[in-house]
Amino acid sequence: MKTIEVSFELNGFPVGTDVEPHLRLLDLLRDVLGETGTKEACGEGECGACTVLVDGRAVNSCLFPVGEVSGTVVTTIEGLTASNGELSWIQKAFLDRGGTQCGFCSPGMVMTTAALLAENPHPSESEIRSALTGNLCRCTGYVQIVESIQEAARAGRVNGL
Amino acid sequence: MTGFSYIGSEAPRPEGADKLGGRALYINDITRPGMLHGKIKFSDHAHALIKHIDTADARALPGVRAVITANDVPEVRYGFLRDNIALKSGKVRQFRDEVAAVAAISPEIARKAVDLIRVEYEPLPGVFSPEEAMADDAPLVHEEDPKGDPVVSNLLPLKCVHQSGDLEAARRASAHITEAEYSVPRIQQSCLGTAGCIAEFDLNGNLTVTAKTQIPFLAQRDFTRVLTTLGLEGRNVRVVVPTLGGAFGSGLDTHGYEYISILLAWKTGKPVKMLYSRSEEFSYLSPRQSAHFSIRQGCDREGKLTFREIEVTQDNGAYGSWGATYPNVMLVAATSLYRVPAISFNSTIVYTNNTYCQAMRGYGNPEVTWAIESSLDDLAEKVGIDPYEIRRINSNEPGDLTPMGLDLKTCGLKECLDITAERLDWAVTWGKRPDEPRGLGMAALINVGGGGKIYRSDGSGIILKLDDFGNVNVSYGGVEMGQGLHSALTLMVAESLGVKPESVFINQTDTATSPWDVGTHASRGAFMAGNAALGAARKLRERIFAAAEEVYPDVVQQNLARLGEETGPDEFDFRSLKADQFDLKDGWLFVPKAPKLPWLRVELGRLLRAIHFAEEGGKGTTFTEESFYEPPTELPDWEKGYGNMSANYSFGVQGVEVEVDEDTGEVTILRLVAVTDIGRVLSLQALKGQMYGGIAQGVGYALYEEIKTEEGRILNPGFTDYKLPTAADLDFPIELEFVETNDPTGPFGAKGAGEPGMVPTAPAIANAIYDAVGVRIHDLPITPEKVLKALQEQKVPS
Repeated sequence: MKTIEVSFELNGFPVGTDVEPHLRLLDLLRDVLGETGTKEACGEGECGACTVLVDGRAVNSCLFPVGEVSGTVVTTIEGLTASNGELSWIQKAFLDRGGTQCGFCSPGMVMTTAALLAENPHPSESEIRSALTGNLCRCTGYVQIVESIQEAARAGRVNGL
Repeated sequence: MTGFSYIGSEAPRPEGADKLGGRALYINDITRPGMLHGKIKFSDHAHALIKHIDTADARALPGVRAVITANDVPEVRYGFLRDNIALKSGKVRQFRDEVAAVAAISPEIARKAVDLIRVEYEPLPGVFSPEEAMADDAPLVHEEDPKGDPVVSNLLPLKCVHQSGDLEAARRASAHITEAEYSVPRIQQSCLGTAGCIAEFDLNGNLTVTAKTQIPFLAQRDFTRVLTTLGLEGRNVRVVVPTLGGAFGSGLDTHGYEYISILLAWKTGKPVKMLYSRSEEFSYLSPRQSAHFSIRQGCDREGKLTFREIEVTQDNGAYGSWGATYPNVMLVAATSLYRVPAISFNSTIVYTNNTYCQAMRGYGNPEVTWAIESSLDDLAEKVGIDPYEIRRINSNEPGDLTPMGLDLKTCGLKECLDITAERLDWAVTWGKRPDEPRGLGMAALINVGGGGKIYRSDGSGIILKLDDFGNVNVSYGGVEMGQGLHSALTLMVAESLGVKPESVFINQTDTATSPWDVGTHASRGAFMAGNAALGAARKLRERIFAAAEEVYPDVVQQNLARLGEETGPDEFDFRSLKADQFDLKDGWLFVPKAPKLPWLRVELGRLLRAIHFAEEGGKGTTFTEESFYEPPTELPDWEKGYGNMSANYSFGVQGVEVEVDEDTGEVTILRLVAVTDIGRVLSLQALKGQMYGGIAQGVGYALYEEIKTEEGRILNPGFTDYKLPTAADLDFPIELEFVETNDPTGPFGAKGAGEPGMVPTAPAIANAIYDAVGVRIHDLPITPEKVLKALQEQKVPS
């Protein structure tokens, strides 16, 4: 099969590779680049488990054609964790407030939160809930996730992030 | 004051960082060198004869390594009734039936190969409801039983009945009787992480299955049978459990895809991975059972219950899973939610050509509680008392022995009722707003809290292994699936042994290294793990203290030398202490009676190294202890419906305020209060998570979720058409409160808490709708269409 060349920035590092054009960004991340932190739970844009940031915008990587990734800056859950293993303030808030259970939706939840707080550092509860409608969770009932995001927003303000 | 160091704390979950950092490895993320990808060809009919399977084109596709049908492999029978076969021959009985399977070098090639398999069928008439299946001339789903003997009906050979008290006399003596029909739909567990496994053989014929399972040891037994079938008798089966992306009961049985992966791995000599897509998860993994109830309850003039009769009919689908035994669990609430002097319970489980069903959180209890708690409000209205009052006067009490023989050592039901009523301002609000479409409702629950004995052993083993640095490695056979078992177990090990939670490390669950456990179900994980851990910790402490008799004086002497201190003759004599004078807490050995001097405290790791590397030569001692806990319970006699199946029972009440839009039928939850008697809070963060999550599933069950089928075909196999509650749907305050009854059987007094959250939510909502607008919904889910229809019927004078 004819491949296409893609080049973009992933979590601060340049990526250049040849890929099959029918792939989704999700496949490129997981199967080609081995970054399996981004999860696939539905493959049709309904659940948000595969959410990543493309140029700072939260997108479902299962719906994002690989051909459109060139020239963009992509951030995945791996990019939020420091190389020494330290979690970002958003992840820490999720940890401290019980915002993860089975954890399968967590990378997507965290990335949606990153996009939300970048755009709206002081979200109300209903703004948080409305930002989360594209991210399904079957374990938590969302209560501790909402509390985690509120905590992250507070911590973000304190840290001036 | 409980006096605990860690029990009840809000510590974060130990595996949380890896989950939040994307580092936790789910079955989706795991690969093996040389691994092949498996894919199943499922049936095109709900009921049909298989005339011919043509796999030639699939086999010829480059990249395909094996195509198997029933003709290519030995027959692998499974299911607890042994009525299911991994690859079907002769006929298919449901759309989910596996007729062929492929292993290929990529998932894409496997998918293409499956599409190239052609199957010729001769369609047969099917049965798609219990009524159809029980009709006189109904086609049989199974013509033979697993032994090959002919069968005459579509009824499963399972009996679960209960009769107690003098029902006739109780009926006659009743001042009020209510009678109605209720039903619940099939719903999907909807784990975010879909089902999958990797099966691999080594060159000695030993099998390892990395499985998304809740029952590693029962799976090991099931897979060992397959080895025998394959001529590999005596070889080892190892089941390894990766991080689970949710389970909720879906991992309580072994599955066709697991057996097929094993067969493909055996055929190809390569590791084979099978991973379901979301639509496969909906179509080819078993949902929760649907059920229909006829219920009759009576009471005297004051509202005291006189009798309860329940008949349940379950649409089982085409094969038996453990889910067919829901009535065993229904018995608990049917006989023992409230004091009921005369009870009749009967169950009928029916084979149909629908997809077969399996376990889901609550396992029959949300179903039967829907009927009981809806019906109880009707009865209260007949008496003319309020729903809170009827529950209160019939409440169970601590010390009760219920008609099923359940021994309620502790029972906080009355307290849960009172707190719920108080939080909702029940006395001034319920039934007092005739002009507003707002209402209050409540419903109660009883749930097994100390295991649930459905096998001969309901036990659990644990190994605690201390290393030279004072760290504890824990091998436990139960499964962390998101519920917080590891959170609670970490705190219980730390508390019982006397180390810090950050020194406790829980190993991956693996049948090769973990002691036997029956499985993680029936809200039993933390209860069982904690009791097992207490036993092993006790042994370790005894041995540490015994060894300290010899080593402690030397270590203290070293402490003194390091600090340049000397002890005077009148100071504490640390040289001749006995084992029973030591204590261990937060990872430090100390002598409670001694003065609080820094050199008298010894860090556990240092003590263990001193024992291990003693000057006169090590004593060869390692500090590894195991313990097996078997709860003091009875395997019930299901034909009598009698036996104390759990060591204790959790109770709870949920109260809800709703608003009903009388123009659209839409129900909005305004607030929800959940008060639960869980014996003791172990891990507060995990416990809250279980309650919030259970309630969310309860709301989904009540208002949204339903697997829709047409002649056995699932019509909504995805999140687009199957509605899971979103964060916006659940935008109402949930207030949690925990009643700590400190059960004598529980570790630190704790009872099971995994399932209760989901159990009473639906009837609490339905009862609130009745208070709001005066209509009673009998069939879940409570969609706006049903509410609107009921409102319209209410307006028509009868």
